[in-house]
This record gives sequence, C-alpha cells and structure tokens, in this order.
Amino acid sequence: MSVAVVPVDLLELFLRFLALSMLSIGGAVSVAPEMHRYLVEQRSWLTDSQFTGSIALAQAAPGPNVLFVPILGYQVGGLVGAVVAMVGILLPSTALSLWAGRWGAKRRDAPAVKAFTTGLAPISIGLIAATAWVLSLPFVKDPEHWPGALALMALTVAVLLRTRISPIWLILVGALAGGFGFV
Amino acid sequence: MMPRSRRDLFLTFSWLAMQGFGGVLAIAQRELVDRKRWLTREEYLDIYSVAQILPGPNVVNFSLMFGDRHFGLSGALASLGGMLFLPMLLVLGLAAIYNQFSVIPEVAGAMRGMGAVAAGLMLAMAAKLLAALRRNPMGPWLCGALMLASFIAIAVLRLPLVWVVLALGTSGWCAARWCIGRERAKS
Repeated sequence: MSVAVVPVDLLELFLRFLALSMLSIGGAVSVAPEMHRYLVEQRSWLTDSQFTGSIALAQAAPGPNVLFVPILGYQVGGLVGAVVAMVGILLPSTALSLWAGRWGAKRRDAPAVKAFTTGLAPISIGLIAATAWVLSLPFVKDPEHWPGALALMALTVAVLLRTRISPIWLILVGALAGGFGFV
Repeated sequence: MMPRSRRDLFLTFSWLAMQGFGGVLAIAQRELVDRKRWLTREEYLDIYSVAQILPGPNVVNFSLMFGDRHFGLSGALASLGGMLFLPMLLVLGLAAIYNQFSVIPEVAGAMRGMGAVAAGLMLAMAAKLLAALRRNPMGPWLCGALMLASFIAIAVLRLPLVWVVLALGTSGWCAARWCIGRERAKS
C-alpha cells in the first residue's frame, strides 16, 4: 500500500463502485479496466501487480470471479474496504436483476418477452463456447503443457457428457495431475 | 424437483460456489439440471440468458433470479448468500498468503490443471445446452447463425461484450419475435 487511506476515501470508493455496477454487463471483469484506472493510475492505492494478482487469484479460487473486487477492496482498506467494494459493485445490479426477473416472469408468455429468451438462447451458447475457447487458449498455445492440458479437457468433456459425476472430482484430478507435473 | 427450503438453497449454492474453479455457471448447469433436476435445460438457458445481459456478475444474477422464483426475496438472498459467503472468506484468506505460495512449481502446476478442467467444463456445458435449442421457434439455421456470430465476435474478433450482446441481441429478438408470431398464427 503506497498511500494511506482515510474513511472519506472509502466513501468515494463505494460511490465509484456503485456507478460501475450498472456498467458491468458480462460481469465485473468487464469494468476491471476502469477499476484499474481509478485504483492504480489515479489514486495509487494499489500497484499494477497487486491489481492483476487479485484477478488471477479470484479466477483460481472457487466461487464467482467477481470476488476479485473484495480482494481489491481488502488491499485498499482491510476488511472494511473489502465489504465496501463488494456491496458497492453488487447493490445496484442486484436490485435491477431482481426487478427484471420478476417483471419477466409475470409476462413469460407474452410474445415480446418470449422473443427475448428465444432470441438470446443461441447467442448464450455461442458466448459459452467463446469463453471455453478463451479459457483454453493459454494452454493450447503453451508448447510445454498443451498435450496434458488438452487430454484433461477431453477427459472432462467426456465425463460430463456420459456420466453424472460431480465436477469436483474432475477438478481434483486436474489439480493432482498438474501438481505432479503431468500438465 | 424443487428446493425444499431456504437453507436447502443456501447449502446447494454454497456447494456450487465452492466447486466453481474458473467459473460457477458450468457447475450450476451440472448440479441444478443434470443432478438435482431443479431446472430443465430450457429453463436453465432462459435464466442464464437474462442473467448475462443484465449488468452485474452472471452468477450473481442467476442466483438471485433462481432463489426469487422459489421463496421470493428471502430465497434470492439465501442463494446469493450461499454463492458469495464461503468463497469470499476463502478468497480473502488466500489473498493474505498468496504471494508466498504462487511461486512453488507444484502449486503453479495444480492451478494449470484446474484451469484446463475449467475450460473443459465450459465446453461440455455448451455441448449440452445445444439440445435445448431443438424446441427453439427460430429453427436450426437461424439459431446456428446467431450462435456462430456470437462465438466469432467474442473468441476471434475479441469485440467488447456490451456491443456484441446489444447488436446480436437486438437481431435475435427481432428474428425470434417474427418466428413466434408466425408459429402462433399457424396454430
């Protein structure tokens, strides 16, 4: 931490994150560049590597990737900072999605509402496939590790399509295979 | 099948979240659709589609909408709490010790292995959800075109998600509205 943080700063952080919440279409990661500009470049509360480390850690740990936000907050202002950042980034979007979910559920059979989910369904699948692609790219490009990583991916897909085993076992297999140097 | 109580929601969503290395939604599909059967593939895709175009993390929106359907606001808070509480404690704990451990080669290897499995989980989810398109009024060609367009826009062209969702979402809505109208006129 390069700069001391006072309560007024935490209030400002809270207000900033409240505003970013409504812009975070596609997840909190989509406003990460904006957070970087504010926390690292403008206020110098965090270093560059603290910032990217927070995102990497949230992606590696279980749970939603939005958890990089409380890590950022924690590094700025301890536990209070973590809570302030998390509540800020979630409160507006949460209120909106509760309202939108109810509004849509009531009118589920109206053609205009039905067209919404009908039209989005194939786009969602395309986006999921794109995410799979983006996630696997670092492994596929890695000359040292790609055979093991591809084998693990193939195993995962096969097990998921053919059995009803819980994914936690596959994650465990992945961690062990990686830890013992097979991936 | 349905969640029995708010506690059931909280515990189920905690279990989902704690398995979610590199993304919780693939796990949610597995547990809620394939294993618990609380949702059909079509219902899952419905909630998922809405959750992702709204601002905020997809998983968070998904948990809220699912919980709200069953027990109203308190159900929404129960599933959201399950999704966030334990992982947040864990991740803050990890943040405190991360720098010492990330340099150990075994740890880096384990992270890589889990990352590959996470990529496989997403791929399998896409493959499974394809079946949900069978009853889509837009038919296989329009569905295929929209799917391919969104894949290329994000994976190949790396366009910002907001614009992709706005542009393709609008086209998808118009196409779907037209097809639904035609289908209803027939029957």
